[in-house]
Amino acid sequence: MTSSMMFNIATFSYLVSMLIFFAFLATRVKGVGLAGSLVSYFGFIVHTAAIILRWKESYDIGHGHAPLSNLYESVTFFAWTIILIFGIIDLKYKYRVVGAFVVPFALFGMAWAQLGLSSGIEPLVPALQSNWLLYHVITCFLGYAAFAVACGLSIMYLIKAGQEGAAGTAQAGGIISMFPSIKILDDLNYKAIMIGFPLLTLGIITGAAWANYAWGTYWSWDPKETWSLIVWFIYAAFLHARITRGWVGKRAAILSIVGFAATIFCYLGVNLVLSGLHSYGGR
Amino acid sequence: MTTSNRGFLQALWDFFCSLKLAIFLLILLAATSIIGTIIPQGQLRPEYLQTISETKLKLYSTLGFFDMYHSWWFMLLLYLFTVNIVACSIKRLPRVWKIISEPTLIMTDSFEKSLSVTHDLRLEGDTVTLRDRMVAFLKAEFAAPVVTEHDGEFHLFAQKAPYSRLGVYVVHLSIVVIFIGALIGSFLGFKGYVNITEGGSVSSVQTFSGQRIDLGFTVKCDDFKVSFYDTGAPKEFKSLLTVMDNGRVVIDKRPVIVNDPLTYKGITFYQSSYGQDEAGGIFYFTVRDRKGGTPVKVSAGYGEKKLLPDGSTMQVLEATQEVSQFVPQFSGPAARIEVTPKGGEPVSFIVFKNFPAFDEQRGGALVFTYDGSDEKMYTGLQVAKDPGVWVVWTGCFMMVAGCCMAFFMSHKRIWVRVRKGHVTIGGGASKNPAGFQLMFDEIVDKLKKQ
Ligand code: HEM
Repeated sequence: MTSSMMFNIATFSYLVSMLIFFAFLATRVKGVGLAGSLVSYFGFIVHTAAIILRWKESYDIGHGHAPLSNLYESVTFFAWTIILIFGIIDLKYKYRVVGAFVVPFALFGMAWAQLGLSSGIEPLVPALQSNWLLYHVITCFLGYAAFAVACGLSIMYLIKAGQEGAAGTAQAGGIISMFPSIKILDDLNYKAIMIGFPLLTLGIITGAAWANYAWGTYWSWDPKETWSLIVWFIYAAFLHARITRGWVGKRAAILSIVGFAATIFCYLGVNLVLSGLHSYGGR
Repeated sequence: MTTSNRGFLQALWDFFCSLKLAIFLLILLAATSIIGTIIPQGQLRPEYLQTISETKLKLYSTLGFFDMYHSWWFMLLLYLFTVNIVACSIKRLPRVWKIISEPTLIMTDSFEKSLSVTHDLRLEGDTVTLRDRMVAFLKAEFAAPVVTEHDGEFHLFAQKAPYSRLGVYVVHLSIVVIFIGALIGSFLGFKGYVNITEGGSVSSVQTFSGQRIDLGFTVKCDDFKVSFYDTGAPKEFKSLLTVMDNGRVVIDKRPVIVNDPLTYKGITFYQSSYGQDEAGGIFYFTVRDRKGGTPVKVSAGYGEKKLLPDGSTMQVLEATQEVSQFVPQFSGPAARIEVTPKGGEPVSFIVFKNFPAFDEQRGGALVFTYDGSDEKMYTGLQVAKDPGVWVVWTGCFMMVAGCCMAFFMSHKRIWVRVRKGHVTIGGGASKNPAGFQLMFDEIVDKLKKQ
């Protein structure tokens, strides 16, 4: 079996998992929620194996590098980290519905990579031939994934809070009553960002360390660096806003969504729209 | 000092201590930083004028948008931000320090009401027995308590990880440390570049701000090599550098590649670019008449016109060590030459060193083969000295450690009040109240089962 077949299986699993989670929203049968989680875990295992196999394949071809070097590889890795963080939160807090709002992010990434991006294993250009690539990319993407989860939770928060506001009572009916309470959603949002913020901090620091090692400048205000700092500022604002009264809840959820939008721009927009040193998806 | 003066200073201090200012500054920094990612930084006037009008150029340049991260207003924002962090931390630290160093040891009734979790238990035994039992229990299940006697009751206080409360201040201090490191680097360090031709050496470099800096030693480039993948993408740029200090070789032919720089006396050389030293190269060809006769060897410099035996002339237009980047079907060195037959029109074509028979297919009167060149390459090195970089890394380490302390550790406290036949437990945590509640319930359960 080749790694690209396994990536396809993982993508399909996430699709099925998402559909099961949607069914769970509609039916509210506990077993359905469990099935959704299990299918996503299955996808995750295949996904993990695919990444390892692709790593091995790159050695077989003679290029020999971690599968983190082009846009295809980074998008599939990003999807992997989203499911990883989702799995941790799922196992720890067991709010199955969260899957319905988080798995789609991973599915979207995988589908885009499988259908729209070139999946060839390319040799590394000299600038990327360093172990720092590994540390930098892994920490950044784990941080991004935590923010993706926070964004999914915030969307749930806004839907639920909007419904409750409209109904005028705490008893919102239908699917939305399956959501965790808004208090819990708010708290989970904060927890996800508490995981993401130190990881993003580490990601920025390993990036700076690498730049210093390779070019002698730890900070050069290149657009990618600057955008990662912008994202960092937004989440720092989020953390401080929570300490002051009045910024819990709706405004915190909006700030978390804005933060994730900036994260996505930092990851993709910078390469597609702006120019700079970072080479992912430049072409 | 007049009262109004003091009032003003107090207001200023309060202003800088405010968390609202911090949130405002963070969002403002995020928003303004976008400008410099959209407008290219540090280009020349004509380059800007290709995309924007003269009026816009004037406006942007007045606002400092072309070097905006060093503009006065962005710097001002960063300084305000630093003052904000320092003031805010100074204001709050003493209170936090007091919580750590002078904990409340006695749980009065009113204090009990302020705690997030409490539990009452009826237990057999007189106060002294109960006290000893509770001390042993807390020690085993949580942490060793401090015992205080008050009005005939015993009060126990135990805590875990009190220093985690300082995590936030470690993070805030780390930002100041990083700023200091950056300032040290900008005042005591430099960034520059130097090109060294193979076989050549330098003892000074040019900084990006246009100064010449004496290195105090000599760097020689013994050799430069670039290699390519089959696809034509570059694989490795490698310079062999030798450092001589006071006439003595201190570093001998050390390979320097991208991602593996050379450092000597605090100055670091990074492989960054390369090129062909246009002045020096000589190219070698063999020319023979299609109709026969002995082949002739010809050597020519760049742009140099050479007379050939049949009266035509040739000259080298361009050459490369690796042609596959331009003509993917071929590999190896190649040269584009221009040949002007006597009284005819010039023709230009490419000859390949690895494909000596190729030029026969062209059908010209003369057949050329390319024998290679002894062109000189130059290596382009970035040169940097930054004595502040260790301060920056220290700050970064503090930031990560502080974040972990602030987010993943929690100052947990438990108080116990022992009256005759009656024990009250209360507690609280600085983080994650739900997690603390679980732990607290477990502890109470264990006590009940004892
Ligand atoms: C980018 C810069 C900053 C970073 C990375 C940062 C980081 C942090 C972190 C990680 C926390 C803990 C938050 C939590 O527990 O949820 C925190 C708390 C806090 N920060 Fe900052 N901070 C920054 C700037 C500032 C500034 C400028 C101020 C000035 C007012 C400030 C004031 C505070 C206060 C008052 C707290 C709460 C302390 C407490 O809970 O006792 N921070 N900061």
